Amino acid sequence: MKHFTINHLRELESESIYVIREVAAQFENPVMLFSGGKDSIIMFHLARKAFFPAKVPFPLMHIDTGHNFPETIEFRDWLANESGAQMVVRNVQDSINSGRAVEETGFTASRNKLQTVTLLDAIEEMKYDCAMGGGRRDEEKARAKERFFSHRDEFGQWDPKNQRPELWNLFNGRKNIGEHFRVFPISNWTEMDVWQYILLENIDIPNLYFSHEREVFERDGILYAKTPFMQIKETEKVEKRIIRFRTIGDATCTGALDSIANSLEDIIREVAATRVTERGGRSDDKRSEAAMEDRKIEGYF
Amino acid sequence: MDKDITTSAYLDMELLRFTTAGSVDDGKSTLIGRLLYDSKAIFQDQLDAIEKASIKKGEDYINLALLTDGLRAEREQGITIDVAYRYFNTPKRKFIIADTPGHIQYTRNMVTGASTANVALILVDARHGVIEQTIRHAYIASLLRIPHVIVCVNKMDLVEYSEEVFASIQKRFMDFSTHLDIQDVRFIPISALNGDNVVDRSVKMNWYEGPTLMYLLENIYISNDYNQLDARFPVQYVIRPQSNEYHDYRGYAGRMASGSFKVGDRVRVLPSGFTSVIKTIDLWKESLEQITAPQSAIITLEDDLDISRGCMIVNAENGIQQGQDIDLMICWLGEKPMIPGGKYVVKHTTSDLKCMIKEVKYKVDINTLEKDFENRAIGLNDIGCISIRTTKPLFFDSYRQNRFTGSLVIIDEATNVTVGAGMII
Repeated sequence: MKHFTINHLRELESESIYVIREVAAQFENPVMLFSGGKDSIIMFHLARKAFFPAKVPFPLMHIDTGHNFPETIEFRDWLANESGAQMVVRNVQDSINSGRAVEETGFTASRNKLQTVTLLDAIEEMKYDCAMGGGRRDEEKARAKERFFSHRDEFGQWDPKNQRPELWNLFNGRKNIGEHFRVFPISNWTEMDVWQYILLENIDIPNLYFSHEREVFERDGILYAKTPFMQIKETEKVEKRIIRFRTIGDATCTGALDSIANSLEDIIREVAATRVTERGGRSDDKRSEAAMEDRKIEGYF
Repeated sequence: MDKDITTSAYLDMELLRFTTAGSVDDGKSTLIGRLLYDSKAIFQDQLDAIEKASIKKGEDYINLALLTDGLRAEREQGITIDVAYRYFNTPKRKFIIADTPGHIQYTRNMVTGASTANVALILVDARHGVIEQTIRHAYIASLLRIPHVIVCVNKMDLVEYSEEVFASIQKRFMDFSTHLDIQDVRFIPISALNGDNVVDRSVKMNWYEGPTLMYLLENIYISNDYNQLDARFPVQYVIRPQSNEYHDYRGYAGRMASGSFKVGDRVRVLPSGFTSVIKTIDLWKESLEQITAPQSAIITLEDDLDISRGCMIVNAENGIQQGQDIDLMICWLGEKPMIPGGKYVVKHTTSDLKCMIKEVKYKVDINTLEKDFENRAIGLNDIGCISIRTTKPLFFDSYRQNRFTGSLVIIDEATNVTVGAGMII
């Protein structure tokens, strides 16, 4: 007997939709974190698919470092408008102004780490009991051990040694007052899966992912965009190059790459041929061997 | 990663989930490192990082095992704490590895990794042969009904690639596995360190005529792994758009646990028992003709019935069991021992209810596989047979028939922690 089978991408899609619906069913006040990057874009697309023709039954939230590329912010506002989703924005600048977070100084200054303060404050302020994030297990070794449903204590912290076993497709979102969950619906996707899915489903993404001309400079082997948020050393040469971004985050820690890929097909070919991991261009991960683990324990995305 | 990957080929890939089990030092990390490395799932910066780490540790060669090294806490102690998930693909399939540590909390972790796996890889050190841990791993694979088991006899290079050693391990495994319920078992002699029979055929073991591990992983037939007969659709969420365009729309969102439904199929809704007919199967802006496990979609019915989360839509003529007194095999995952007579929360498909532990019938000695009727205290990592009574009727199949409607987890009401994994008999 020839059996009907579904391909792996549709199986991943079904799994993610299932997880997102479990969140909507098990939590009273969930939120979906949105960064403007491709992972959160497909996560939101999956959420729309999970509930259509109804609207997504939770808001999106963007923790804005103030150091985003303008294209990211434009895209965020366009998507919120196009989908009719509620978009909550919380600013790292406000956390700095109120003294909750302290700005880093110097050439490597970044607001990446400060986001955690703003995020945890927002979760407390809005009384969210679950925050969905677009983290994938293939991204980084600390994420390889993350559950779909990740329990956080009342300080928003992650205890890698004490995670709940997750069996079959039974997700345990029970918690005590004050605790919350982080849920990662696209845990099992790889970078390639994400790109193929964007192509398959014809999903809009910011232009930053496609090849364009931009003023850039090189530092520690990483190509950065020239932005008002970064101090450039005298020895660093700013030049115009044809580049694109492989990941999109804060402009101060997102590396660009020389690329002429200006269609999804070209990007897929480029991703397939590349010999460097996606986060290889992320200086936030390069701070130490356990940079991600440390940030996750504190409550990072 | 394959350089010629095209979108059409990529969309043709199947997903295979496998779990790896082995004891400390039998080369599991090296084997996974080898699979990732030889399938080109390793990037240059990862390779540079482990090369640096290998040199720092004073090792002579690049230690592939370091690729699967996770948290700093683990590196410091040189152990693995938890299930780690790894990904690679070949042009044929995408693979998800649930890499489970072999020592402390082995049972808890292996059960977690095994629950969704199509294939279990069990590693045996050729020098030591079948040991207690091998028996334990095989038992768990059988208990969790992983459809396929591949026994990798590793470190063949250290036994001079001897056919006799391999054959005797194979025989010993087959002897005790007659007591188990493993549907499909294969044996491969390998050397993960040198790559023999992992991706490339070994030139040192011409006596072995079977497939390499990678060939087997790429080709083992998995389409039958889901129960295809019994249509089961646990309702997760009710979709009521409350918009002008979809004023009367009432859809039931869920993921097919087993079997399939077509538009026009006669169905029964549990617990009410009312029957109706499938009107549409919707996903996003398309209408589907059919939904098959493990797809997610939204089902609408011809009749207006009272359906909410926790209900299940099943095929009208196909019997599903229901009851409040349920016998199950339990694997205890909690630090605190199970309390006979105690009350716990049960999660089964999309319903949450409470239960009481009525009786422990026996405990399984997982080293000898004997049933122990004397010492029936169930603590962390113990496996036993118990009876529970639930506050409301449960709709279920036996785990043997259906991994998704036959499984449940038990949760401690006080701490909300998942403490037990149950397989309905």
